[in-house]
Amino acid sequence: MTIDTIDINTIIHNYRPEKRFTLAILQDIQNKFNFIPKEAIFIISDYLKVPASDIYSMATFYKALSLKPKGRHIIKVCNGTACHIRGSNTLINELTDLLNIKPGETTADGLFSVEIVNCLGACALAPVMVVDDKYFGAMTKDKVIEVINEYKEAVENGK
Amino acid sequence: MASRKILVCCGTGCLANNSFDIYTRFLEKLKDTNTEVIPEIKATGCNGLCEKGPVVKILPDEISYFKVKAKDVDEIVSKTILKGEIIDRLLYFDTNSKKKIVSHKDASFYKHQHKIALRNIGEIDPKNIEDYKERNGFEALRKVLFEMTPDEVITEVEKSGLRGRGGAGFPTGSKWRTCSKYDNYPKYVVCNGDEGDPGAFMDRSIMEGDPNTVIEGMIICGYAINSNRGFLYIRDEYQLARENMQTAINNARKHGFLGKNILGSGFDFDLEIVRGGGAFVCGESSALMASIEGNVGEPRAKYIRSVEKGLWDKPTVLNNVETWANIPPIILNGAQWFKQIGTEKNSGTKVFSLVGKVKNTGLVEIPMGTTLRELVFDIGGGIIKDRPFKAAQTGGPSGGCIPAEYLDISLDFDNLSRIGSMMGSGGVIVMDDTTCMVELARYYMEFLSEESCGKCTTCREGINTMLNILNRITLGQGREEDIDLLISLSETIKDASLCGLGKTAPNPVMTTLKYFRDEYMEHIVDKRCPAGVCKNLTSYSIDPDTCIGCSACARKCPVNAIEGELKKPHVIHKDKCIKCGTCFTVCPSGAVKIGGGLIESYNK
Repeated sequence: MTIDTIDINTIIHNYRPEKRFTLAILQDIQNKFNFIPKEAIFIISDYLKVPASDIYSMATFYKALSLKPKGRHIIKVCNGTACHIRGSNTLINELTDLLNIKPGETTADGLFSVEIVNCLGACALAPVMVVDDKYFGAMTKDKVIEVINEYKEAVENGK
Repeated sequence: MASRKILVCCGTGCLANNSFDIYTRFLEKLKDTNTEVIPEIKATGCNGLCEKGPVVKILPDEISYFKVKAKDVDEIVSKTILKGEIIDRLLYFDTNSKKKIVSHKDASFYKHQHKIALRNIGEIDPKNIEDYKERNGFEALRKVLFEMTPDEVITEVEKSGLRGRGGAGFPTGSKWRTCSKYDNYPKYVVCNGDEGDPGAFMDRSIMEGDPNTVIEGMIICGYAINSNRGFLYIRDEYQLARENMQTAINNARKHGFLGKNILGSGFDFDLEIVRGGGAFVCGESSALMASIEGNVGEPRAKYIRSVEKGLWDKPTVLNNVETWANIPPIILNGAQWFKQIGTEKNSGTKVFSLVGKVKNTGLVEIPMGTTLRELVFDIGGGIIKDRPFKAAQTGGPSGGCIPAEYLDISLDFDNLSRIGSMMGSGGVIVMDDTTCMVELARYYMEFLSEESCGKCTTCREGINTMLNILNRITLGQGREEDIDLLISLSETIKDASLCGLGKTAPNPVMTTLKYFRDEYMEHIVDKRCPAGVCKNLTSYSIDPDTCIGCSACARKCPVNAIEGELKKPHVIHKDKCIKCGTCFTVCPSGAVKIGGGLIESYNK
């Protein structure tokens, strides 16, 4: 993937060059590229006058940030306590089987990333799964298959 | 007739069930409908009873509909709005009284509640500042700015006895008092909206459903401690909360409640949202402040407290969302009013998120001192399928389990700490006999081992070691000496870790060991998981006397391990069984029994 440094520069210039905006800038970059490109770390470092190692340590510390590209659709399976005791593991196993990836990984076609998250605050709907920003509550094995197929079909039709 | 209102719940729970479609459908439908007075339609915040959502309330008729779908809108308009008829099918069925209920206010889930922090949620459109103003919004701010000195404000909060709703229960007034004494400017006001405890979502609901009350609480504090700047640190996962909060901040600026010279009083105050990065430890105050400063969110030692040196080493008051939401009503109604609610040392109310194996899951606000039994059975309607209550977990990963023998404990900060748990932010996770306490402890250790920032060795390595031991026990490889080892590790981690995360991390293990030691022993010695959760330690069998031969289990079994003729007892073939538990879940007569399971693979 080629990284457009113009995009990175546009994003960082939305903020004043103050250290406190590091996380906000990194999150905007994550949103734009689906990951934090190496180039971005150095550009931010120059702009904020903060060592690149500090930016790197932020990028690896916060879960919202990733140094590896993520898939087009990000599937978050909630494993908060309420979801856990209502069977979120079944959903995780089903996704692992269905997509052939482990949590934290991205499918080879770049379509899906699966993440396990700790509580999305929708406990009354447990177990919960979120695809991008859409919530799916009271999930079961069968519903997981339905949802994944729905997204796969949408992508195929989009082509 | 008073103007009619249709309130459509658009909290996260209802939105997930497409409540926004219902809202837009109402807008469209009513445009073409001929009525004398066109009702006002509002998208509100969370009504609490998320499981029965989407919720639609019609005022002033006080008709509440649950589990509404977009296709029901036409019928609601033609029958209820135009003719005043009630649609029976959409009413709430109260499991306690076994009756259908017209107004949600009569349902046992709501009837026992006392709403202070949640007073506006579900009643107003959170993005409309006029709705908030109609319900005495910003009146407390006006009172403070023009009728009270900063010292009087602090005294009022002190007298109210309000304690921080974020977990530890530190008195809010004395926090403000200490901070007000330092003359080191600029000072800061911070809202902790990094709600990370799994199973808790009250802060999310307040930020989404009534953002203005948080803003008003923070401005009042700014005036009291002489600070002009505040930050709201909001969790990364809470997108809707951030959006509604930002809208509310923008509106408040437009209306002169934020910015320079607020309402002509000469006092300046402004707020800014900081988006969290998805790290649980950032809910710890010093880690949160490090994160706002643009650093990795690691906690620091608190020899000097943040009221003296907090954000950028300046005096800082940090309170959580629910605490802020309590401030405006305290100022308006007075400390005395607040103090008479709740118990002597725990005044006011507390919002709990009641989740897990309970019939009515959702958000409830009850006076401090309400018993756990009232919460779970009167409000929560009891346990799903009327199974036995086994325990409730409070306080998230830092808290502990409360066994059935303490069902009559009154819920407040002090009582919960006394029995080894804690209030935390107010998550109450209810568990029945199919929840394994060892596995639950393992789950929390796994959570904490991922979320430990890694600064202190005891927390980083100790939690991991505990997790490994618990993993072994749940796999059937536990040893008797493991229990002593767990206790000794717990004590070390507690003593030698720096921040709240590490200091409280062993709590889930310590309380389950204290109250459910037998269950640990069953796992270790008998190699049996009585709850049927640890697959290596479970086997299923069908009791021939109870089995009605409906074959529900055989049809649902994913590996065809169950055989039997219709209306005759069925049998599970243990060699084929993968212990998924489906038969246990679907059996209508309770004939599937959980037995000890040993595990050929381990015996080898």
